[in-house]
Amino acid sequence: MTMTTATDHTLSGRVGALLERVRAGREFGANVYSTLDVLQVLYDRVLRITPETADDPDRDRFLLSKGHAVAGYYAVLAAKGFVPVEWLDDQGGPASRLGDHPDRLLVPGVEIGSGSLGHGLGLGVGSALGLRAQGRLDPRVYVLLGDAELDEGSNHEAIAYAGATGLANLTAIVLDNRSASHGWPGGAASRFTVNGWTAATVDGRDHEALHTALTGHDNHRPHVVVAVVTNGE
Amino acid sequence: MRETFIDTMTDLLAEDPRTAVVLADISAAAFGPAAQRHPDRVLNVGIREQLLVGVAGGLALTGLRPVAHSYAPFLVERAYEQIKLDLDHQGVGAVLVSVGASYDRAAAGRTHLGPADVALIDTLTDWTVHVPGHRDEVPALLRAAVAADGSAYLRLSTQSNDMARGNDGSLQVVRDAGPGAPLLVAVGPLLDQALAAVAGLPVTVAYTHRPRPFDIAGLRALAGTEVILVEPYLSGTSARVVGSALADRPHRLLTLGVSRTELRRYGSPEDHTRWHGLDAAGLRRSIDAFLAPALV
Repeated sequence: MTMTTATDHTLSGRVGALLERVRAGREFGANVYSTLDVLQVLYDRVLRITPETADDPDRDRFLLSKGHAVAGYYAVLAAKGFVPVEWLDDQGGPASRLGDHPDRLLVPGVEIGSGSLGHGLGLGVGSALGLRAQGRLDPRVYVLLGDAELDEGSNHEAIAYAGATGLANLTAIVLDNRSASHGWPGGAASRFTVNGWTAATVDGRDHEALHTALTGHDNHRPHVVVAVVTNGE
Repeated sequence: MRETFIDTMTDLLAEDPRTAVVLADISAAAFGPAAQRHPDRVLNVGIREQLLVGVAGGLALTGLRPVAHSYAPFLVERAYEQIKLDLDHQGVGAVLVSVGASYDRAAAGRTHLGPADVALIDTLTDWTVHVPGHRDEVPALLRAAVAADGSAYLRLSTQSNDMARGNDGSLQVVRDAGPGAPLLVAVGPLLDQALAAVAGLPVTVAYTHRPRPFDIAGLRALAGTEVILVEPYLSGTSARVVGSALADRPHRLLTLGVSRTELRRYGSPEDHTRWHGLDAAGLRRSIDAFLAPALV
Protein backbone atom coordinates (compact mmCIF):
# COMPACT_ATOMS: atom_id res chain seq x y z
CA MET A 1 0.00 0.00 0.00
CA THR A 2 1.34 3.43 -0.91
CA MET A 3 0.51 6.51 1.10
CA THR A 4 1.69 9.63 -0.63
CA THR A 5 1.53 13.25 0.36
CA ALA A 6 0.97 16.05 -2.09
CA THR A 7 4.69 16.69 -2.08
CA ASP A 8 5.38 13.05 -2.81
CA HIS A 9 2.92 13.20 -5.66
CA THR A 10 4.67 16.15 -7.16
CA LEU A 11 8.06 14.52 -6.83
CA SER A 12 6.72 11.19 -8.03
CA GLY A 13 5.29 12.82 -11.10
CA ARG A 14 8.48 14.68 -11.83
CA VAL A 15 10.72 11.74 -10.99
CA GLY A 16 8.50 9.48 -13.07
CA ALA A 17 8.85 11.77 -16.06
CA LEU A 18 12.60 12.05 -15.57
CA LEU A 19 12.89 8.29 -15.24
CA GLU A 20 11.13 7.94 -18.57
CA ARG A 21 13.67 10.35 -20.01
CA VAL A 22 16.50 8.13 -18.71
CA ARG A 23 14.71 5.03 -19.97
CA ALA A 24 14.37 6.38 -23.52
CA GLY A 25 12.25 3.44 -24.60
CA ARG A 26 14.55 0.77 -23.14
CA GLU A 27 13.27 -2.12 -21.03
CA PHE A 28 14.09 -1.64 -17.36
CA GLY A 29 14.16 -4.48 -14.85
CA ALA A 30 11.82 -4.48 -11.88
CA ASN A 31 14.72 -3.54 -9.58
CA VAL A 32 14.80 -0.05 -11.09
CA TYR A 33 11.24 0.61 -9.96
CA SER A 34 11.53 -1.11 -6.59
CA THR A 35 14.15 1.41 -5.45
CA LEU A 36 12.26 4.58 -6.42
CA ASP A 37 10.07 4.93 -3.35
CA VAL A 38 12.88 4.68 -0.84
CA LEU A 39 15.00 7.09 -2.89
CA GLN A 40 12.18 9.61 -2.96
CA VAL A 41 11.53 9.42 0.77
CA LEU A 42 15.25 9.75 1.46
CA TYR A 43 15.84 12.76 -0.76
CA ASP A 44 12.52 14.43 -0.01
CA ARG A 45 12.25 13.98 3.73
CA VAL A 46 15.32 12.47 5.35
CA LEU A 47 18.66 13.44 3.87
CA ARG A 48 20.07 16.84 4.72
CA ILE A 49 21.75 17.39 1.36
CA THR A 50 21.12 19.95 -1.35
CA PRO A 51 23.10 20.81 -4.48
CA GLU A 52 24.41 23.82 -2.53
CA THR A 53 25.67 21.66 0.35
CA ALA A 54 26.95 18.77 -1.78
CA ASP A 55 30.51 19.45 -0.57
CA ASP A 56 29.67 20.57 2.96
CA PRO A 57 31.60 18.37 5.41
CA ASP A 58 28.55 18.37 7.70
CA ARG A 59 26.12 17.06 5.06
CA ASP A 60 24.43 13.70 5.42
CA ARG A 61 25.98 11.03 3.19
CA PHE A 62 23.94 8.78 0.94
CA LEU A 63 25.92 5.88 -0.49
CA LEU A 64 24.23 3.86 -3.22
CA SER A 65 25.92 0.49 -2.81
CA LYS A 66 23.65 -1.35 -5.25
CA GLY A 67 25.03 0.70 -8.08
CA HIS A 68 22.87 -0.92 -10.74
CA ALA A 69 19.79 0.81 -9.30
CA VAL A 70 20.96 3.85 -11.11
CA ALA A 71 18.12 5.03 -13.34
CA GLY A 72 15.90 6.13 -10.47
CA TYR A 73 18.93 7.55 -8.67
CA TYR A 74 19.82 9.76 -11.64
CA ALA A 75 16.18 10.79 -12.00
CA VAL A 76 16.02 11.82 -8.33
CA LEU A 77 19.36 13.65 -8.54
CA ALA A 78 18.03 15.55 -11.55
CA ALA A 79 14.71 16.29 -9.85
CA LYS A 80 16.60 17.68 -6.87
CA GLY A 81 18.89 19.80 -9.01
CA PHE A 82 22.18 17.95 -8.46
CA VAL A 83 22.56 17.28 -12.19
CA PRO A 84 21.04 19.03 -15.21
CA VAL A 85 18.07 17.13 -16.61
CA GLU A 86 19.73 17.19 -20.04
CA TRP A 87 22.30 14.75 -18.64
CA LEU A 88 19.58 12.12 -18.49
CA ASP A 89 19.50 11.87 -22.27
CA ASP A 90 21.77 9.25 -23.82
CA GLN A 91 22.49 7.72 -20.39
CA GLY A 92 25.37 5.27 -20.86
CA GLY A 93 26.34 6.83 -24.18
CA PRO A 94 29.89 7.70 -25.20
CA ALA A 95 29.61 11.34 -24.13
CA SER A 96 27.40 10.73 -21.09
CA ARG A 97 28.58 11.27 -17.51
CA LEU A 98 25.90 8.85 -16.34
CA GLY A 99 27.00 5.22 -16.66
CA ASP A 100 25.09 2.08 -15.88
CA HIS A 101 26.82 2.39 -12.53
CA PRO A 102 27.47 5.78 -10.92
CA ASP A 103 30.92 7.40 -10.71
CA ARG A 104 31.40 9.96 -7.94
CA LEU A 105 34.05 11.76 -9.96
CA LEU A 106 31.61 12.30 -12.84
CA VAL A 107 28.26 12.99 -11.16
CA PRO A 108 27.65 15.79 -8.61
CA GLY A 109 25.87 14.52 -5.52
CA VAL A 110 27.09 10.94 -5.94
CA GLU A 111 29.09 9.99 -2.84
CA ILE A 112 30.65 6.74 -4.07
CA GLY A 113 31.32 5.02 -7.34
CA SER A 114 29.68 1.61 -7.09
CA GLY A 115 28.72 -1.35 -9.24
CA SER A 116 30.73 -4.24 -7.85
CA LEU A 117 28.49 -5.39 -5.01
CA GLY A 118 29.58 -5.34 -1.40
CA HIS A 119 31.64 -2.14 -1.32
CA GLY A 120 29.22 0.49 -0.05
CA LEU A 121 28.79 -0.66 3.53
CA GLY A 122 32.54 -0.81 4.22
CA LEU A 123 32.94 2.67 2.75
CA GLY A 124 29.95 3.77 4.82
CA VAL A 125 31.48 2.39 8.02
CA GLY A 126 34.70 4.25 7.21
CA SER A 127 32.78 7.45 6.48
CA ALA A 128 30.87 7.20 9.74
CA LEU A 129 34.13 6.61 11.64
CA GLY A 130 35.79 9.51 9.84
CA LEU A 131 32.98 11.90 10.71
CA ARG A 132 33.06 10.79 14.34
CA ALA A 133 36.85 11.17 14.55
CA GLN A 134 36.52 14.76 13.38
CA GLY A 135 33.84 15.55 15.92
CA ARG A 136 31.16 15.88 13.25
CA LEU A 137 28.36 14.35 15.27
CA ASP A 138 25.44 15.76 13.31
CA PRO A 139 25.72 14.18 9.85
CA ARG A 140 24.47 10.65 9.31
CA VAL A 141 25.63 8.05 6.78
CA TYR A 142 23.00 6.10 4.83
CA VAL A 143 23.94 3.11 2.69
CA LEU A 144 21.45 1.51 0.30
CA LEU A 145 21.99 -2.19 -0.41
CA GLY A 146 20.03 -4.99 -2.00
CA ASP A 147 19.04 -8.27 -0.40
CA ALA A 148 21.03 -10.18 -3.03
CA GLU A 149 23.97 -7.89 -2.43
CA LEU A 150 24.01 -9.16 1.15
CA ASP A 151 25.39 -12.41 -0.30
CA GLU A 152 28.77 -10.68 -0.51
CA GLY A 153 30.77 -11.52 2.61
CA SER A 154 32.27 -8.04 2.83
CA ASN A 155 28.88 -6.80 4.07
CA HIS A 156 29.04 -9.17 7.00
CA GLU A 157 32.48 -7.89 7.97
CA ALA A 158 30.96 -4.40 8.11
CA ILE A 159 27.73 -5.46 9.87
CA ALA A 160 29.60 -7.28 12.65
CA TYR A 161 32.11 -4.52 13.22
CA ALA A 162 29.61 -1.64 13.13
CA GLY A 163 27.39 -3.50 15.59
CA ALA A 164 30.19 -4.47 17.94
CA THR A 165 31.48 -0.89 18.14
CA GLY A 166 28.06 0.77 18.32
CA LEU A 167 28.56 2.92 15.25
CA ALA A 168 25.58 5.14 15.96
CA ASN A 169 25.72 7.48 12.96
CA LEU A 170 25.20 4.74 10.36
CA THR A 171 21.97 3.58 8.73
CA ALA A 172 21.85 0.69 6.28
CA ILE A 173 18.84 0.31 4.03
CA VAL A 174 18.27 -3.10 2.51
CA LEU A 175 15.95 -2.99 -0.48
CA ASP A 176 14.53 -6.48 -0.18
CA ASN A 177 12.99 -7.50 -3.48
CA ARG A 178 13.58 -11.17 -2.70
CA SER A 179 16.29 -11.52 -5.29
CA ALA A 180 18.93 -13.35 -3.22
CA SER A 181 19.37 -16.78 -4.83
CA HIS A 182 19.31 -18.59 -1.50
CA GLY A 183 17.16 -16.15 0.42
CA TRP A 184 17.56 -14.89 3.99
CA PRO A 185 15.55 -17.27 6.17
CA GLY A 186 14.29 -15.37 9.19
CA GLY A 187 14.57 -12.09 7.32
CA ALA A 188 17.46 -9.88 6.31
CA ALA A 189 17.11 -7.76 9.45
CA SER A 190 18.12 -10.64 11.70
CA ARG A 191 21.65 -10.58 10.25
CA PHE A 192 21.96 -7.07 11.64
CA THR A 193 20.09 -7.35 14.92
CA VAL A 194 22.13 -10.34 16.07
CA ASN A 195 25.10 -7.98 15.84
CA GLY A 196 23.47 -5.29 17.94
CA TRP A 197 21.81 -3.09 15.32
CA THR A 198 18.33 -1.68 15.71
CA ALA A 199 16.06 -2.68 12.84
CA ALA A 200 12.76 -1.92 11.18
CA THR A 201 11.23 -3.97 8.40
CA VAL A 202 8.60 -2.09 6.40
CA ASP A 203 6.65 -2.05 3.16
CA GLY A 204 9.05 -0.54 0.67
CA ARG A 205 6.16 1.23 -1.09
CA ASP A 206 4.71 2.90 2.00
CA HIS A 207 6.22 6.35 2.24
CA GLU A 208 5.01 7.04 5.79
CA ALA A 209 6.30 3.71 7.04
CA LEU A 210 9.60 4.27 5.25
CA HIS A 211 9.92 7.74 6.77
CA THR A 212 9.21 6.45 10.26
CA ALA A 213 11.73 3.62 9.83
CA LEU A 214 14.39 5.85 8.28
CA THR A 215 14.18 8.26 11.20
CA GLY A 216 13.91 5.52 13.83
CA HIS A 217 17.57 5.26 14.88
CA ASP A 218 18.32 5.58 18.58
CA ASN A 219 21.71 7.36 18.24
CA HIS A 220 23.40 4.66 20.26
CA ARG A 221 23.59 1.83 17.74
CA PRO A 222 23.67 1.45 13.97
CA HIS A 223 20.24 1.15 12.40
CA VAL A 224 18.94 -0.92 9.51
CA VAL A 225 15.76 -0.44 7.51
CA VAL A 226 14.63 -3.40 5.46
CA ALA A 227 12.29 -2.14 2.74
CA VAL A 228 10.36 -5.08 1.38
CA VAL A 229 9.15 -4.86 -2.19
CA THR A 230 7.79 -8.24 -3.11
CA ASN A 231 6.34 -7.39 -6.50
CA GLY A 232 8.74 -5.54 -8.68
CA GLU A 233 6.13 -3.50 -10.46
CA MET B 1 61.20 -2.05 10.57
CA ARG B 2 57.82 -2.95 12.04
CA GLU B 3 58.72 -1.44 15.41
CA THR B 4 60.07 1.68 13.75
CA PHE B 5 56.82 1.99 11.80
CA ILE B 6 54.75 1.67 14.97
CA ASP B 7 56.87 4.24 16.83
CA THR B 8 56.81 6.76 13.99
CA MET B 9 53.12 6.22 13.34
CA THR B 10 52.36 6.71 17.03
CA ASP B 11 54.16 10.06 16.85
CA LEU B 12 52.30 11.02 13.67
CA LEU B 13 48.94 10.32 15.29
CA ALA B 14 49.82 12.80 18.03
CA GLU B 15 51.19 15.38 15.61
CA ASP B 16 48.56 15.34 12.87
CA PRO B 17 44.83 15.06 13.67
CA ARG B 18 44.17 14.08 10.02
CA THR B 19 45.95 10.75 10.45
CA ALA B 20 44.19 7.50 11.27
CA VAL B 21 45.46 3.94 11.54
CA VAL B 22 43.32 0.99 10.48
CA LEU B 23 44.32 -2.48 11.65
CA ALA B 24 43.08 -6.03 11.18
CA ASP B 25 44.41 -7.46 14.46
CA ILE B 26 48.00 -7.58 13.15
CA SER B 27 50.12 -5.22 15.33
CA ALA B 28 46.99 -4.20 17.29
CA ALA B 29 48.66 -4.84 20.65
CA ALA B 30 51.68 -2.76 19.68
CA PHE B 31 49.37 0.11 18.75
CA GLY B 32 47.60 -0.21 22.14
CA PRO B 33 49.09 2.93 23.73
CA ALA B 34 48.26 4.97 20.62
CA ALA B 35 44.73 3.54 20.60
CA GLN B 36 44.25 4.63 24.21
CA ARG B 37 45.27 8.18 23.36
CA HIS B 38 43.38 8.36 20.04
CA PRO B 39 40.49 5.88 20.26
CA ASP B 40 38.70 7.43 17.26
CA ARG B 41 41.79 7.32 15.04
CA VAL B 42 43.29 3.91 15.83
CA LEU B 43 40.71 1.45 14.54
CA ASN B 44 41.12 -2.31 14.78
CA VAL B 45 38.39 -3.93 12.69
CA GLY B 46 39.36 -7.48 13.65
CA ILE B 47 40.38 -10.11 11.12
CA ARG B 48 38.49 -8.41 8.28
CA GLU B 49 40.77 -7.29 5.48
CA GLN B 50 38.03 -6.24 3.05
CA LEU B 51 36.68 -3.95 5.76
CA LEU B 52 40.23 -2.81 6.59
CA VAL B 53 40.63 -1.23 3.17
CA GLY B 54 36.97 -0.24 2.81
CA VAL B 55 37.19 1.69 6.10
CA ALA B 56 40.39 3.34 4.89
CA GLY B 57 38.51 4.47 1.79
CA GLY B 58 35.61 5.82 3.85
CA LEU B 59 37.92 7.68 6.22
CA ALA B 60 39.64 9.25 3.23
CA LEU B 61 36.27 10.30 1.79
CA THR B 62 35.70 12.38 4.93
CA GLY B 63 39.10 14.05 4.63
CA LEU B 64 41.27 11.94 6.93
CA ARG B 65 44.61 10.41 5.91
CA PRO B 66 44.30 6.68 6.59
CA VAL B 67 47.19 4.27 7.11
CA ALA B 68 46.11 0.63 6.75
CA HIS B 69 48.40 -2.11 7.97
CA SER B 70 48.56 -5.90 7.85
CA TYR B 71 50.54 -8.82 6.50
CA ALA B 72 51.36 -8.31 2.83
CA PRO B 73 49.30 -11.18 1.38
CA PHE B 74 46.23 -10.22 3.42
CA LEU B 75 46.56 -6.48 2.85
CA VAL B 76 47.30 -6.50 -0.88
CA GLU B 77 46.17 -9.83 -2.28
CA ARG B 78 43.07 -10.57 -0.25
CA ALA B 79 41.79 -7.01 -0.40
CA TYR B 80 42.93 -6.17 -3.93
CA GLU B 81 39.48 -5.21 -5.20
CA GLN B 82 38.99 -2.89 -2.24
CA ILE B 83 42.30 -1.22 -3.06
CA LYS B 84 41.23 -0.85 -6.68
CA LEU B 85 37.67 0.36 -6.01
CA ASP B 86 37.47 1.73 -2.46
CA LEU B 87 40.60 3.86 -2.90
CA ASP B 88 41.54 4.40 -6.54
CA HIS B 89 38.09 4.42 -8.13
CA GLN B 90 36.77 6.77 -5.43
CA GLY B 91 39.59 9.16 -6.20
CA VAL B 92 40.95 9.02 -2.64
CA GLY B 93 44.33 7.96 -1.28
CA ALA B 94 45.70 5.92 1.59
CA VAL B 95 49.03 4.65 2.84
CA LEU B 96 49.23 0.86 2.99
CA VAL B 97 51.97 -0.55 5.19
CA SER B 98 52.70 -4.24 5.00
CA VAL B 99 54.97 -6.57 6.89
CA GLY B 100 56.10 -10.08 6.08
CA ALA B 101 56.82 -10.07 2.36
CA SER B 102 58.25 -11.83 0.51
CA TYR B 103 59.07 -14.67 2.90
CA ASP B 104 59.83 -13.26 6.35
CA ARG B 105 57.77 -16.05 7.88
CA ALA B 106 59.08 -18.79 5.63
CA ALA B 107 58.16 -21.53 8.08
CA ALA B 108 54.52 -20.45 7.95
CA GLY B 109 54.29 -21.61 4.36
CA ARG B 110 52.55 -20.35 1.24
CA THR B 111 49.66 -18.60 3.02
CA HIS B 112 52.03 -16.10 4.63
CA LEU B 113 54.31 -15.52 1.63
CA GLY B 114 53.68 -12.39 -0.43
CA PRO B 115 56.13 -12.06 -3.32
CA ALA B 116 53.49 -10.73 -5.77
CA ASP B 117 52.43 -7.66 -3.77
CA VAL B 118 54.44 -5.06 -5.66
CA ALA B 119 53.39 -6.54 -9.02
CA LEU B 120 49.74 -6.30 -7.96
CA ILE B 121 50.08 -2.72 -6.76
CA ASP B 122 51.82 -2.05 -10.06
CA THR B 123 48.59 -2.86 -11.94
CA LEU B 124 47.19 0.34 -10.40
CA THR B 125 47.94 3.93 -11.39
CA ASP B 126 50.03 6.58 -9.64
CA TRP B 127 51.01 4.57 -6.59
CA THR B 128 54.29 5.25 -4.84
CA VAL B 129 55.99 2.07 -3.64
CA HIS B 130 58.67 2.14 -0.97
CA VAL B 131 60.76 -0.92 -0.13
CA PRO B 132 63.14 0.26 2.60
CA GLY B 133 66.39 -1.63 2.99
CA HIS B 134 66.95 -0.73 6.63
CA ARG B 135 64.75 0.22 9.57
CA ASP B 136 66.31 3.69 9.80
CA GLU B 137 64.95 4.47 6.34
CA VAL B 138 61.37 3.90 7.52
CA PRO B 139 60.56 7.08 9.51
CA ALA B 140 61.31 9.52 6.68
CA LEU B 141 59.52 7.36 4.11
CA LEU B 142 56.45 7.03 6.30
CA ARG B 143 56.33 10.73 7.10
CA ALA B 144 56.67 11.69 3.46
CA ALA B 145 54.00 9.20 2.40
CA VAL B 146 51.55 10.40 5.05
CA ALA B 147 52.21 14.05 4.22
CA ALA B 148 51.50 13.49 0.52
CA ASP B 149 48.02 13.24 -0.98
CA GLY B 150 48.28 10.19 -3.22
CA SER B 151 48.44 6.52 -2.37
CA ALA B 152 51.59 4.79 -1.24
CA TYR B 153 52.60 1.23 -0.37
CA LEU B 154 55.33 0.70 2.22
CA ARG B 155 56.72 -2.81 2.20
CA LEU B 156 58.46 -3.55 5.50
CA SER B 157 60.55 -6.66 5.99
CA THR B 158 62.75 -8.36 8.53
CA GLN B 159 65.35 -8.58 5.75
CA SER B 160 67.82 -5.73 5.96
CA ASN B 161 71.03 -4.22 4.69
CA ASP B 162 73.75 -3.35 7.22
CA MET B 163 73.27 0.38 6.87
CA ALA B 164 70.52 2.81 5.96
CA ARG B 165 70.70 4.75 2.71
CA GLY B 166 67.85 7.18 2.86
CA ASN B 167 67.19 9.69 0.12
CA ASP B 168 64.26 10.87 -1.96
CA GLY B 169 64.02 7.54 -3.75
CA SER B 170 66.10 8.35 -6.81
CA LEU B 171 68.80 5.88 -7.87
CA GLN B 172 71.80 6.24 -5.59
CA VAL B 173 75.16 5.08 -6.92
CA VAL B 174 76.77 2.89 -4.30
CA ARG B 175 79.60 1.55 -6.44
CA ASP B 176 80.75 3.28 -9.63
CA ALA B 177 82.50 1.21 -12.30
CA GLY B 178 82.72 4.06 -14.77
CA PRO B 179 80.89 5.02 -17.95
CA GLY B 180 79.42 2.19 -19.98
CA ALA B 181 79.82 -0.41 -17.24
CA PRO B 182 76.93 -2.82 -16.66
CA LEU B 183 74.42 -1.28 -14.22
CA LEU B 184 72.95 -3.28 -11.37
CA VAL B 185 69.94 -1.73 -9.64
CA ALA B 186 69.25 -3.26 -6.22
CA VAL B 187 65.91 -2.58 -4.55
CA GLY B 188 65.59 -2.43 -0.77
CA PRO B 189 67.08 -5.14 1.44
CA LEU B 190 68.89 -7.03 -1.35
CA LEU B 191 71.58 -4.37 -1.78
CA ASP B 192 74.18 -6.00 0.47
CA GLN B 193 73.78 -9.37 -1.27
CA ALA B 194 74.08 -7.65 -4.65
CA LEU B 195 77.22 -5.77 -3.63
CA ALA B 196 78.82 -8.96 -2.40
CA ALA B 197 77.80 -10.72 -5.61
CA VAL B 198 79.61 -8.31 -7.94
CA ALA B 199 82.79 -8.04 -5.87
CA GLY B 200 85.66 -7.86 -8.35
CA LEU B 201 83.40 -7.31 -11.35
CA PRO B 202 83.33 -4.01 -13.27
CA VAL B 203 79.66 -3.39 -12.47
CA THR B 204 78.10 -0.14 -11.29
CA VAL B 205 75.65 -0.68 -8.44
CA ALA B 206 72.78 1.70 -7.70
CA TYR B 207 70.32 1.45 -4.83
CA THR B 208 66.71 2.50 -4.53
CA HIS B 209 64.01 2.03 -1.92
CA ARG B 210 61.40 3.47 -4.27
CA PRO B 211 60.64 1.21 -7.22
CA ARG B 212 57.53 3.27 -8.08
CA PRO B 213 57.74 5.76 -9.53
CA PHE B 214 61.01 4.29 -10.79
CA ASP B 215 63.77 6.86 -11.27
CA ILE B 216 63.69 6.84 -15.08
CA ALA B 217 66.01 9.84 -15.46
CA GLY B 218 68.56 8.29 -13.15
CA LEU B 219 68.33 4.98 -14.97
CA ARG B 220 68.88 6.62 -18.36
CA ALA B 221 71.85 8.54 -17.00
CA LEU B 222 73.52 5.48 -15.49
CA ALA B 223 72.61 2.63 -17.84
CA GLY B 224 74.92 1.37 -20.55
CA THR B 225 74.02 -1.69 -22.59
CA GLU B 226 73.68 -4.20 -19.73
CA VAL B 227 71.13 -3.67 -16.97
CA ILE B 228 70.58 -6.02 -14.04
CA LEU B 229 67.56 -5.64 -11.74
CA VAL B 230 67.69 -7.24 -8.32
CA GLU B 231 64.31 -7.03 -6.59
CA PRO B 232 63.18 -8.67 -3.33
CA TYR B 233 59.75 -9.52 -4.77
CA LEU B 234 58.51 -11.28 -7.88
CA SER B 235 61.23 -11.49 -10.50
CA GLY B 236 60.69 -9.13 -13.43
CA THR B 237 58.27 -6.82 -11.61
CA SER B 238 60.13 -3.74 -12.88
CA ALA B 239 61.08 -5.16 -16.28
CA ARG B 240 58.34 -3.24 -18.09
CA VAL B 241 59.46 0.03 -16.55
CA VAL B 242 63.11 -0.48 -17.48
CA GLY B 243 62.21 -1.79 -20.94
CA SER B 244 60.06 1.21 -21.65
CA ALA B 245 62.61 3.68 -20.21
CA LEU B 246 65.33 2.29 -22.49
CA ALA B 247 63.12 1.56 -25.51
CA ASP B 248 65.17 3.88 -27.72
CA ARG B 249 68.47 2.14 -26.89
CA PRO B 250 69.80 -1.31 -27.67
CA HIS B 251 70.15 -2.94 -24.24
CA ARG B 252 70.04 -6.26 -22.45
CA LEU B 253 68.11 -6.74 -19.21
CA LEU B 254 68.53 -9.41 -16.54
CA THR B 255 65.77 -9.51 -13.93
CA LEU B 256 66.45 -11.28 -10.66
CA GLY B 257 63.94 -11.70 -7.88
CA VAL B 258 61.65 -14.20 -6.23
CA SER B 259 60.65 -16.94 -8.68
CA ARG B 260 57.03 -17.78 -9.50
CA THR B 261 57.38 -21.42 -8.55
CA GLU B 262 55.72 -22.41 -5.29
CA LEU B 263 58.59 -24.07 -3.47
CA ARG B 264 56.46 -25.92 -0.89
CA ARG B 265 59.35 -25.67 1.52
CA TYR B 266 59.59 -24.10 4.97
CA GLY B 267 62.93 -23.20 6.57
CA SER B 268 64.19 -19.67 7.17
CA PRO B 269 64.14 -16.47 5.09
CA GLU B 270 67.84 -17.08 4.44
CA ASP B 271 66.99 -20.50 3.00
CA HIS B 272 64.44 -18.92 0.66
CA THR B 273 66.90 -16.22 -0.38
CA ARG B 274 69.28 -18.99 -1.35
CA TRP B 275 66.64 -21.17 -3.03
CA HIS B 276 65.53 -18.24 -5.17
CA GLY B 277 69.15 -17.54 -6.10
CA LEU B 278 69.15 -14.18 -4.35
CA ASP B 279 72.09 -14.78 -2.01
CA ALA B 280 75.47 -13.42 -3.11
CA ALA B 281 76.57 -16.73 -4.63
CA GLY B 282 73.31 -17.25 -6.50
CA LEU B 283 73.23 -13.70 -7.80
CA ARG B 284 76.87 -14.06 -8.90
CA ARG B 285 76.07 -17.18 -10.91
CA SER B 286 73.21 -15.44 -12.75
CA ILE B 287 75.22 -12.27 -13.30
CA ASP B 288 78.28 -14.16 -14.60
CA ALA B 289 76.13 -16.04 -17.09
CA PHE B 290 74.46 -12.82 -18.21
CA LEU B 291 77.68 -10.87 -18.61
CA ALA B 292 79.77 -13.69 -20.08
CA PRO B 293 79.23 -12.60 -23.71
CA ALA B 294 79.70 -8.93 -22.81
CA LEU B 295 82.97 -9.41 -20.97
CA VAL B 296 84.74 -11.54 -23.58
